[in-house]
Amino acid sequence: MDRRAAIATAVTIALLGLGIVAFGRSPLAGAITALPLIAAVWLWAIWGGLSPYARRRATNVVVLTLSFGATGLGVLVLALILGDLIWNGLSALNLDFFAQSTPASGSVGGGMLNAIYGSAVMTGVATLVGSPVGILAGTFLAEYGRGNPIAPVIRFINDILLSAPSIIVGLFIYQVMVLRMGHFSAWAGSAALAILVVPVVVRTTEDMLNLVPNSLREAAVALGTPKWKVIVSVTYRAAMQGMLTGVMLAVARIAGETAPLLFTAVNNQFWSTDMNSWMANLPVVIFQFALSPDANWQRLAWGGALLVTVTILALNIAARLLASWRSFSR
Amino acid sequence: MTALDVAQTSEQPTRAPAATLTPKMAERAPAAKPALPPKVQIRDLKFYYKDFLAINGVTLELQDKAVTAFIGPSGCGKSTLLRVLNRIYELYPHQRATGEVLVDGRNILDPGLDLNLLRARIGMVFQKPTPFPMSIYDNVAFGIRLYESLSTAPMDERVESALRRAALWDEVKDKLRQSGLSLSGGQQQRLCIARAIAVKPEVLLLDEPASALDPISTQRIEELIAELKSDYCIAIVTHNMQQAARSSDFTAFLYLGELIEFDETEAIFTHPKKRQTEDYITGRFG
Repeated sequence: MDRRAAIATAVTIALLGLGIVAFGRSPLAGAITALPLIAAVWLWAIWGGLSPYARRRATNVVVLTLSFGATGLGVLVLALILGDLIWNGLSALNLDFFAQSTPASGSVGGGMLNAIYGSAVMTGVATLVGSPVGILAGTFLAEYGRGNPIAPVIRFINDILLSAPSIIVGLFIYQVMVLRMGHFSAWAGSAALAILVVPVVVRTTEDMLNLVPNSLREAAVALGTPKWKVIVSVTYRAAMQGMLTGVMLAVARIAGETAPLLFTAVNNQFWSTDMNSWMANLPVVIFQFALSPDANWQRLAWGGALLVTVTILALNIAARLLASWRSFSR
Repeated sequence: MTALDVAQTSEQPTRAPAATLTPKMAERAPAAKPALPPKVQIRDLKFYYKDFLAINGVTLELQDKAVTAFIGPSGCGKSTLLRVLNRIYELYPHQRATGEVLVDGRNILDPGLDLNLLRARIGMVFQKPTPFPMSIYDNVAFGIRLYESLSTAPMDERVESALRRAALWDEVKDKLRQSGLSLSGGQQQRLCIARAIAVKPEVLLLDEPASALDPISTQRIEELIAELKSDYCIAIVTHNMQQAARSSDFTAFLYLGELIEFDETEAIFTHPKKRQTEDYITGRFG
């Protein structure tokens, strides 16, 4: 028995004793609490006794195990959420769900048509408004920002916006739009969502344009191509998939946003296509229905949650496929 | 002044007139160069990357309808020199050139010059093949469309002739609509050459055009260079001494930003006048 093992044994006994004494009435809890420390000490003890090569292999095994464990945990959580949603939500999905508007409290049946429509329209408007802004800003950063002292500032602000809590964005639009217009509206909802789209698209656009090799730009410039034409005809083309992926990820991001809509579009019990008035949308309807004691509303909330999740999942998968699909490589 | 004069005059201070070389070169000069004025005259060119002097006062001339090779160890400034000739270095801040580069007598370093028109006259092909992410046809037509609006038939002709000139036509004529990226590396490089000559430039700059290619593709590119020489003034940067010896008429040896020796290729490779040149071409350093 070498020195390290002796020390580890001593520490183990000491820790176990300390744990059992300290926890008094539940010695088992004390022992369990001491376990991580004991494990660490033994790890150290075993580590020290290994040859460098064996240590490297052991590191590999340990890190690999931890990595697999972490991955498994992540996948497990996702699987549980999806399973739960499908289990509870699938029964709510029927023809009425897609064909009827939200029912009054206490009634039977009904669907989510008005909310589905509202989400689609507001997400669509937000994407149409936010994406071009984001693409242009991203283009500025990647193509014109080099050596420009303002570019890092814009990039930094954009990163802040990217991680800004979406409820702040909702409050901001409430201040500048809803209060001035005097009423909640789908326009305000779209504006709030558009603000969330911009930083995502700016980021992905810039990243994707930066991935385009400079040699391609040089080749275009060497033919006497003006800069704007290089960007539009060559760089955009080369980065197209990545940029589209960015837009889809932005759509996926806003499709499930609740907070920015709470202060802007709010909700609407009835079918409405008026962009100037309150508009139903899936996240807020889910929020409201899930909180209610009405079993029918709860059922619809499950269905809505499943629909939103599947849509976002599909968008993400589509974005991935698009990113990996190289239309020009073959 | 011809290239030979430059080489000889710049030679005088360091060495007594090379009695063995001068007559031989005098014999050959008229045959190799029938009194054409130089296409490009570079005079006292200095180039800076920020404060770093990358080219220190290079003076040399490029003959029309001839191939001039720039050789030298990595970092000697040969690619930089090439990148001055179409001012592509201006894409990057903190890079600047002083001195004169006359193309047909006009100084292209003049700040008022239209860079796009300059670059249309001076084509460039890079080390790595850079086909645009579009069809083979559109790759070649891209540059033409920038300056001319041709209808379908004449455009087809231009594309075909450029591809034929680049010895690629037979391999791609049935798949012109396929992506340029679907071609092999050697084919891609010939596509880039076709794209460059499609805009009918006068000068062709080749920056290590074959260094990323396999031997067979390299050979094809070299044959192509020999073929294109009849129409263009070609400047080629190469790391490959054999390639310089095989495919160029004149060779400039650069070292640490200075032009060490400039002469007819045969002279450089058989009777280099400077010790450094000899050491480099025989592989003693570099």
